[in-house]
Amino acid sequence: MMLEKLSNAFGPSGCEGDVRRIVISDIKSRVDELTVDHLGNVICRMKATGRGKKPLRIMAAAHLDEVGMIITHADDDGFLHFDKIGGIDDRILPAKGVVIGAGKVPGVIIAKPVHLTSAEERGKVISHDDLVIDIGAANKDAAVKKCAPGDYATFDTRFRRFGRGLVAGKAFDDRVGCAVLIELIKRGPYPFEFCPVFTTMEEVGLRGAKVAAFKVRPDIALVLESTICEDSPKEKDRGSVTAIGKGPALSLADRGLIVNRKLVRFAARRAAALGVPCQFKQPGIGGTDGGAIHKEGEGAPTLPVSVPARYIHSPMAVISLRDFHHTIDLAEDVMRHVTLADIQP
Amino acid sequence: MKDEPMDVKALLKSLSEACGVSGYEDEVRGVIRQAFEPYCDEIRVDTMGNLIGLKKGSGKGGARRKRVMLAGHMDEIGLMVTEIDQGFIRFTQVGGYDTRVLPAQAVTVFGRERLPGIIASVPPHVSGSSDKSTPMDELYVDVGLSESQVNKLARVGDLITLDRPCVELSDDLLCGKAFDDRASVAAIVTCLEILSQTAHEWDVYAVATVQEEVGLRGATTGAFGIAPDLGIAIDVGFGKQPGVKEKFAIILGKGPALARGPNIHPKLFAGLKATAEKFEIPYQVEVTSGGTGTDANAIQLTRDGIPTGLISIPERNMHTPVETISIKDVERTGRLLACYIAGLDADTMGQFVWDDDNGGEK
Repeated sequence: MMLEKLSNAFGPSGCEGDVRRIVISDIKSRVDELTVDHLGNVICRMKATGRGKKPLRIMAAAHLDEVGMIITHADDDGFLHFDKIGGIDDRILPAKGVVIGAGKVPGVIIAKPVHLTSAEERGKVISHDDLVIDIGAANKDAAVKKCAPGDYATFDTRFRRFGRGLVAGKAFDDRVGCAVLIELIKRGPYPFEFCPVFTTMEEVGLRGAKVAAFKVRPDIALVLESTICEDSPKEKDRGSVTAIGKGPALSLADRGLIVNRKLVRFAARRAAALGVPCQFKQPGIGGTDGGAIHKEGEGAPTLPVSVPARYIHSPMAVISLRDFHHTIDLAEDVMRHVTLADIQP
Repeated sequence: MKDEPMDVKALLKSLSEACGVSGYEDEVRGVIRQAFEPYCDEIRVDTMGNLIGLKKGSGKGGARRKRVMLAGHMDEIGLMVTEIDQGFIRFTQVGGYDTRVLPAQAVTVFGRERLPGIIASVPPHVSGSSDKSTPMDELYVDVGLSESQVNKLARVGDLITLDRPCVELSDDLLCGKAFDDRASVAAIVTCLEILSQTAHEWDVYAVATVQEEVGLRGATTGAFGIAPDLGIAIDVGFGKQPGVKEKFAIILGKGPALARGPNIHPKLFAGLKATAEKFEIPYQVEVTSGGTGTDANAIQLTRDGIPTGLISIPERNMHTPVETISIKDVERTGRLLACYIAGLDADTMGQFVWDDDNGGEK
């Protein structure tokens, strides 16, 4: 399936080429216009069906990039030092497999054996500054021949089926959104002007989305994401951010965006009309391309619609395929029915 | 056009010693205007205060000839008076100092007249030994005048700069208060001087930006107004010294560092690197994992996106009054910029496509 291909593809922020190529080859015959801009965004347009008054322009954005690493230098022993790209928790890094650069050089993130650590050390998180990647190079020269400073790296996880009705893989944030957006393109054209945008560099500051929204100037925007799902067992009186299997998550407000209340209510009503479950993402947590899109140019009402994903930003995330399909259905339905009158203050 | 070759060292000294705290860049702007004037066809100051020099290219296209924007910020970090307290001056900071460098520094308070002062430090005999640093709100400036004189001459909101004449540490190393980022401004002037004797097709917008240290503000509006086809920010990078991890360090005297990472268009990095190799200009590579804290960050995100590069001049002791740089690195940076710009032609933008090869340096 498309999601598998996208999840396995290599694409840390700023280096989305593999993913971009997969997306473009799948959609280019289905859209009326396709441009790749100077930040690497894939900006598409599908003309509105029918004639008449100026159609609504709806932008739907999903980001191509994933969190990852970037090689800073090789040391004399041939180990690669690295920085993180985007928000990775240092706790998940030790003893993971990675692939590096255009040559997809395999490597492992290493830490010293437990035997040589003190009890105090074992109680502390190892900073990524103190971790290195071993690519089996004998010395600095041999290492630099395989991987140059500035080469990008990501986890080497392969996509798989998991549990019951679930799938697991890396980069679900936001290849899941990309897969949703590709499906929405395939269900078009629509009675409105549809501008699907596959953005770059979301994980390092919503960079692609900002300039793409300047170019597109949408009337309304949807952001297709996979979002934090923290539904682990917990103390009472503490809710989950989102829960797996309970349908697409609608954002009310996050760190970068307060969603137009009428737009989010409209989407919830459409879910009920459609018979699709939906949930509200716990407010105040996380952020999406919506943070940039809604305030670019003269601004546009923007709604993130997300597939809940456990363990995002780690080498292995988990989503429910039912949530995934419901997200596609709900996004399509909202776009087909929304009018400016529904959301104007 | 000037007949005499430019004296880079003298320019660096005058730039570093000029006052230009973020938002109040008037004095240094005057110095830079003089340095730009011999080489630019037009000079203007925009609403934010950016100094924009245009050196026209020979290419076709008239007013919409291809444009490259060079940005080096002219503002420096500094201090600002918050309160006159019994004849002593309390202050806050504009931009980011490590407050531990402040005690016992000489300063100038820009009051109704320039007042030489000292940031007071309580003698250890009185304060007792402590491993705690002194917070900024306990520091104050002594200008050695009576309370009534201070009240008359200094006001809340007056600027204070650390007062540090430029020192030559060696034949090549200069130490001064504001090489972040006046060193880059000097590199831009060097570039303009070389271009005054070299054919170039593209229009060059040499911009000394304002308010970089408080959030890349000048570059944001400067780039929007100019709408360049390519942008190159020049700033200082962390020079290797004790306490600076190797992953962040570039080495003084080994040439400008070319940045790689999401903020940098891979083709611009590749173009600068190829130019450095072709003209045998020593260079280093610096890795940045996201939006850089430089004008390159603002320029890239301007309008519908601008391919942007970043060149860093190695500097030790950043954000202290003893910022240290190599004159050779400044000259090499100017030469690299000039050689790259001279190579820009009508086909260049056609090369700014994504190979989708994962940015691997192959």
